[in-house]
Amino acid sequence: MNVRRHGPIAGALAALWLAAGAVAGPPVPAATVQADAPRDDFTALLGLLAARRHGRVSFTEVHEMAMLERPLRSAGELLYEAPDRLEKRTLEPRRESLILEHGVLTAQRGRRTHVLRLRDYPQVVPFVESIRATLAGDRAALEHYFHVQFSGDLGHWTLELVPVDATVAHTVRDIRISGAREVIHSVEIRQSDGDRSLLTIGAEVPP
Amino acid sequence: MSSAGRAGTVVWALAVLLAAAIVARATYVADLSAFLPRAPTAAQRLLVEQLRAGPAVHLIMLAIEGGEPETRAQLSLQLAARLRADPAFAAVNNGDAAQLQRDREFLLAHRYLLADDVTPQRFTVDGLHAAIGDSLDALAAPEGLLLKPLFPRDPTGELLAILDSLGPGAAPHTDAGVWSSPSGARALLLVQTRAAGSDTDAQQAACEAIRRAFAAAVTALPAAQRAAPRLLMSGPPVFAVESRAIVKQEVLRLSAVSAVLITVLLLAVYRSLPALVLTLVPVLSGALAGVAAVALGFGAVHGITLGFGVTLIGEAVDYSIYLFIQSGGDFRRTVWPTIRLGVLTSICGFAALLPSAFPGLAQLGLYSIAGLVAAALVTRFVLPHWAQGVRSVRDLSAAGEKLVRALAGLQRRRAAAALALLALAAAAVLYLQRGALFSRELAALNPIPLAAQRLDDELRADAGAPDVRYIAIASGTDREAALAAAQRLSGRLSPLVDAGVIGSFQSPTRYLPPRAVQLARQASLPTEGELRARLAAALAGLPVKPGVLEPFVADVAAARRGATLTEADLAGTSLAAATDALLVHTSAGWSALLPVAVSDGDLAPGALARLRAAVAAQDGAPLLDLKAEADALYGGYLAAAGRLALLGLAAIVVLLAVALRSAARVARVVAPLVLAVLTVAALLVVTHHRLTILHVVGMLLIVAVGSNYALFFDRSSARPYEGSVPRTLASLGVANAATVIAFGVLAFSRVPVLADLGSTVAPGTLLALWFSGLLARPAAAGRA
Repeated sequence: MNVRRHGPIAGALAALWLAAGAVAGPPVPAATVQADAPRDDFTALLGLLAARRHGRVSFTEVHEMAMLERPLRSAGELLYEAPDRLEKRTLEPRRESLILEHGVLTAQRGRRTHVLRLRDYPQVVPFVESIRATLAGDRAALEHYFHVQFSGDLGHWTLELVPVDATVAHTVRDIRISGAREVIHSVEIRQSDGDRSLLTIGAEVPP
Repeated sequence: MSSAGRAGTVVWALAVLLAAAIVARATYVADLSAFLPRAPTAAQRLLVEQLRAGPAVHLIMLAIEGGEPETRAQLSLQLAARLRADPAFAAVNNGDAAQLQRDREFLLAHRYLLADDVTPQRFTVDGLHAAIGDSLDALAAPEGLLLKPLFPRDPTGELLAILDSLGPGAAPHTDAGVWSSPSGARALLLVQTRAAGSDTDAQQAACEAIRRAFAAAVTALPAAQRAAPRLLMSGPPVFAVESRAIVKQEVLRLSAVSAVLITVLLLAVYRSLPALVLTLVPVLSGALAGVAAVALGFGAVHGITLGFGVTLIGEAVDYSIYLFIQSGGDFRRTVWPTIRLGVLTSICGFAALLPSAFPGLAQLGLYSIAGLVAAALVTRFVLPHWAQGVRSVRDLSAAGEKLVRALAGLQRRRAAAALALLALAAAAVLYLQRGALFSRELAALNPIPLAAQRLDDELRADAGAPDVRYIAIASGTDREAALAAAQRLSGRLSPLVDAGVIGSFQSPTRYLPPRAVQLARQASLPTEGELRARLAAALAGLPVKPGVLEPFVADVAAARRGATLTEADLAGTSLAAATDALLVHTSAGWSALLPVAVSDGDLAPGALARLRAAVAAQDGAPLLDLKAEADALYGGYLAAAGRLALLGLAAIVVLLAVALRSAARVARVVAPLVLAVLTVAALLVVTHHRLTILHVVGMLLIVAVGSNYALFFDRSSARPYEGSVPRTLASLGVANAATVIAFGVLAFSRVPVLADLGSTVAPGTLLALWFSGLLARPAAAGRA
């Protein structure tokens, strides 16, 4: 009675958070910011992102894996309501829904529903904190979980997040998030084995 | 001393030696089983067997609270490591990574024997194509990151299917890498002891080993962190140990208090130390005889029975009091016949307890009968000879005279009328409260303090293992048959889960399918050559590179050749404990338990009917509603106790009719007793007590003890020339005071069964004496 799909869902949660970051505002902290200008831009970016209350956008995602002859593609919508509700609706190739609300993740696939409590999955906390801390402007928490590189300027920026935690770093090499002002364009996750996924944010979906 | 006296003394001494030898060799138990009734229906028998000896009785829940989460986690790991090294523990689970890893590896290694999906259809070209396609979809989904490493071994997703079938919320939360309460404030461990549940000594040793291991783990912490963490323990073994300690403490404490109070009373009355010492001889002889009789009759003596021993003091001490205070005349001719009849009525009362389904009550009955008989015999045949030198007991005739005059001054008609009114009032109270007279819950007898019961509820909730209410039961003559029945039952319950009628259910077949099912699953796996051919065809149109699925081919080949699963394969995983708990050996064979979790709150009535129908559809398997069964069980025994009490009363009436040969005299003896019982019952109800089985027993004791008083009044009325009426009255007053003290002390016990008994008998016997005096014929009071 003691074994469940901790792993897969924890991963789902991590990815959801990253994707949600794409809607809500990326984790943009700068732990190792080089120049004064980017530091100012980063601070300004934090303010812009925190001011954003909700969003609904389309997405496409591409997974490249060594064991597959061609990439896997999926598409759907991302929704965000401030301060802590995030939803990823995959419409293709099959429907599924992941909702994160008040630290609880509900995953719905087919007829099955999984309810997971975030605090049971410490390995996911860095990812979650990256978003939460970004939305909250909590720079200390961001520096705790990631080495952060901010480059570009407010009009066209890129963040590179490298996990501090060895277990997380074992799977994920880095996360690159790019955008323009409060709008995020893409989230790229590069895995340690060379596989990667790219989430591309599309147009705003009318309500 | 006469030769008869010497002979009596020798017989007494030999009997004491014999009884002492038996008592010294007897075993003493204190688990709750004495108050778990022997059960009539098969389902109830299973329930009771589970409560007595099932795997659940080995479970200890541990919680560590205080300090930082990391400190608690560290303590949890340390504690688990120490306990795992101790052979006293069969299983120690704390949700650490190593344990999860072992569980996961077991499930992965045996997935083709465990998964419901493993059918011939699954391994056709179409089946493989569909299953691998589904897995690719999952890879594209967010969790693909973590599914990916499994894909080459398990492209058809059997492991996920198994994990999915376990349902949500089956395990506690996790914090800092170990199980924790939902709030994270406590680290949790579940421990199973190896010793039998009834072996309280072994359970106590296990509890102490846990405390020692925790203390050692705390000592290993940095000094600054040592103060905060605390260990909480609960579970049946903890309760058994605790209740034994409570009962032991209570028995010692109450006996000491009673002994001191009665000693003071008797010293004040007798003003003679030798008389006091001699008074205690029948009491102690009776207690010894009682314990010896129970040890012989039941094999083991329950601690609670010793607690009831106090009750014996209450009555046996009366005999010597009568001897010393009334012995102005010829004891053997004047006092003894009345005592003899009193002992016989008491035996009638206690004999009604012997057939009781509660072993505790049956023990009380035997204990009291043996004790009273021994005490009476000692009073009759031994004490008078020893007491010949002790004649200096203060003459209580003067005090008795006052009582006689007080009784004589009563306006009897008015007294009788008042008592009639009292009887009516009491009956009215009982009638008005008839719906809520009796406590219907077995829990009313639980000696565990409320705070400990609450902690137990909390830890169960923390561990995500709340008390289950419904259990479907699949039985068979052996393990395989029970597992096969459980598999069929699972097949009928699964649709109810899908339809949302029930939340989920557990079954031992999840981790240990019947052999036939395992063989069938094995037979659905194709040969290696066949699998390669089908796989090649199945992968057409799918983007999987050639050769990636080689590990899958190897795993299937190994599973096809491998042995079937046995319980031994589960060893070392936390699944072993789960399976053990669900597969039990009963007197009738083997039973698989399938606890049914309700979605939220209770089952809707319609849902319950569907559940019952599904469970009973085949094999006539029973669905156990634990709460309803336990309460019905208790209700049944309460009713039985009531019947037994009435039977005891009837036996007493018959005995009195034979002895007294007069309906009027019988009525005069019985009326005050019935009135006392009515009044006490009404008093209990008015003071917001729900009557339990022990109250009912207490009422029987009121009749048994009170009949002595009524008989002395009756004798004084019928043969006033025999013995001294004032002395008789005085002796009754003293005897009653001793009884009220003994039971009154019991009423303050922390053990509910003792408190219930004391709070019934103490006021009841006092009232029985008063009412007997008031209803006695004036002749009794008229002459001195």
